[in-house]
Amino acid sequence: MSEKVLMKGNEAIAEAAIQAGCHHYFGYPITPQTEVAAYMAKRMPKIGGTFLQAESEVSAINMVIGVASTGKRVMTSSSSPGVSLKAEGISYLAGCDLPAVVVNVQRGGPGLGGIQPSQSDYFQSTKGGGHGDYRNIVLAPASVQEMASLTVKAFDLADKYSMVSMILADGTMGQMMEPVSLDIGEVKTYDKPWALTGTKCEREHNIVNSLYLKPEELEVKNFERYEKYKAIEENEVMYEEYLMDDAEVCVVAFGITSRVAKNAINEARANGVKVGMIRPITLWPFPKKVLADAADKCKAFICVEMNMGQMIEDVELAIRCKKPVYLCNRVGGMIPSPEEVLAKINEVNENGGAF
Amino acid sequence: MSVVFEKPKSLTDAVLHYCPGCTHGIIHRLVAEVIDELGIEGDTIGVAPVGCAVMAYNYFTCDFVQAAHGRAPAVATGVKRSDPSKIVFTYQGDGDLAAIGTAETVHSAARRENITVIFVNNAIYGMTGGQMAPTTLPGQVTQTSPYGRDVNTVGYPVKVCELLSNVDGAAYIERVAVNNVKNIKNAKKAIKKAFQNQMEGKGFSLIEVVSTCPTNWGMTPEKALEWVDEKMIPYYPLGVYKDIYAEEEAK
Repeated sequence: MSEKVLMKGNEAIAEAAIQAGCHHYFGYPITPQTEVAAYMAKRMPKIGGTFLQAESEVSAINMVIGVASTGKRVMTSSSSPGVSLKAEGISYLAGCDLPAVVVNVQRGGPGLGGIQPSQSDYFQSTKGGGHGDYRNIVLAPASVQEMASLTVKAFDLADKYSMVSMILADGTMGQMMEPVSLDIGEVKTYDKPWALTGTKCEREHNIVNSLYLKPEELEVKNFERYEKYKAIEENEVMYEEYLMDDAEVCVVAFGITSRVAKNAINEARANGVKVGMIRPITLWPFPKKVLADAADKCKAFICVEMNMGQMIEDVELAIRCKKPVYLCNRVGGMIPSPEEVLAKINEVNENGGAF
Repeated sequence: MSVVFEKPKSLTDAVLHYCPGCTHGIIHRLVAEVIDELGIEGDTIGVAPVGCAVMAYNYFTCDFVQAAHGRAPAVATGVKRSDPSKIVFTYQGDGDLAAIGTAETVHSAARRENITVIFVNNAIYGMTGGQMAPTTLPGQVTQTSPYGRDVNTVGYPVKVCELLSNVDGAAYIERVAVNNVKNIKNAKKAIKKAFQNQMEGKGFSLIEVVSTCPTNWGMTPEKALEWVDEKMIPYYPLGVYKDIYAEEEAK
């Protein structure tokens, strides 16, 4: 067992990124993720890396594009309103097939919203956010340990598939402190023959580009990209099952709400209610199969989310609406209490199962 | 027989897509000649804009990345920070650099980012068919200023060199033109200095090249070159607007 240190979630992301070989970070201050930038500002000069506070989120993500085009690991982080500004750059990263890690420590929206935790950027992260047909790999940590380990994973997946990996956390995950091990193991490196490294007059020039004026060429690029996405859906799904063996009611929750739900499930179990949980760790690719299988065994599903019901649409699609799916939610920066979730579990257990 | 004139090594054999009489071709050639003369082709990385020069990546033999509209200086910042040993330049038009990319331009200059910016000012959005640009002259007719640019309703042109001359971080700012042989020779000298500055680590250099757009100006190429002398240069005077190293030497 490696040594553990007590860290904030935001700091764990920053240190894990550095350990994963990310020596270039570009950011812009926004609550509640500013600790990532502050940590990078301290550490990067010590390791000969780059910390740069850009003039805007737009510039920060374009600086990310610059580093990514040279083949090096690079990250930016922000919170909801800032991620909206990064959407243009994320679309370009997708169109150029460039690897990068983008962190969203979510806060309540829309607009300036609030500064308290939220999960209301689920649609934005998993369905696009920017223009065009594309996907991001979206990882949802539920502990400070996962803030670190999934950041490492995000860099690996970004390089493996040459695309954006997003850490979708929230204000709670960013601010809370827990013991974390930063023993990240061996970092795998990937060949990047497309990278802009200077031709040395020894090879044809490399071009990093998302412009295809011939529609037949652009169509092929889109088809190729979706072949890659198909492979990711087959190979990279991650989820956690909790007490699902005999569960009749299945809670689905990610990130901080899965922690709240676990407390409620334990309480319900103590009262003899057969309830379990599937926690998606990858929000895209979404764990469709395990949910579809659960629909054959469970009588009802409950999505616990800090939004007006976003992941619930993916759950209903995954189970082909075979069983009723109920929403247990708080929004605007409010976090559901274990008692609220327990009440929903009891209600669904007693009345659920019928459409 | 000796060769007295040839295509610069740093230009590919691709046929330029620019309109007849457009001065982008001259400016591409000047940049390529400078890259050849400095022997930096293998270490140069270009950043292409959105606009007429979007496909610059097809015309230069060096590595290239294509940036979103106005974002080239931010992308160049990332490239340069990733590998400071590379020579990084952006090639941008007036809509790209002086409208949608104003923040990126000003702040990369303020940071004294060690990059070279080639800014092509032809007072119009060419690629989209001739709309009013941030540098469109007062009274100038464009598709979106059909009665002439009315400064009372849409305001005044942005003078980029004058603006950046007040940014402490900017190292070298010069405005040149390519409408006659003398001006072309001066333009090349300025572009070369802007690349040399970067090689010597001297920081942000921007060369504004007063250019033409015969197609969207509705003029013959010859008339467009005359219009540069008659209208553009009086509003956008040529010359060195900032050279911190020359200023230091003078002290």
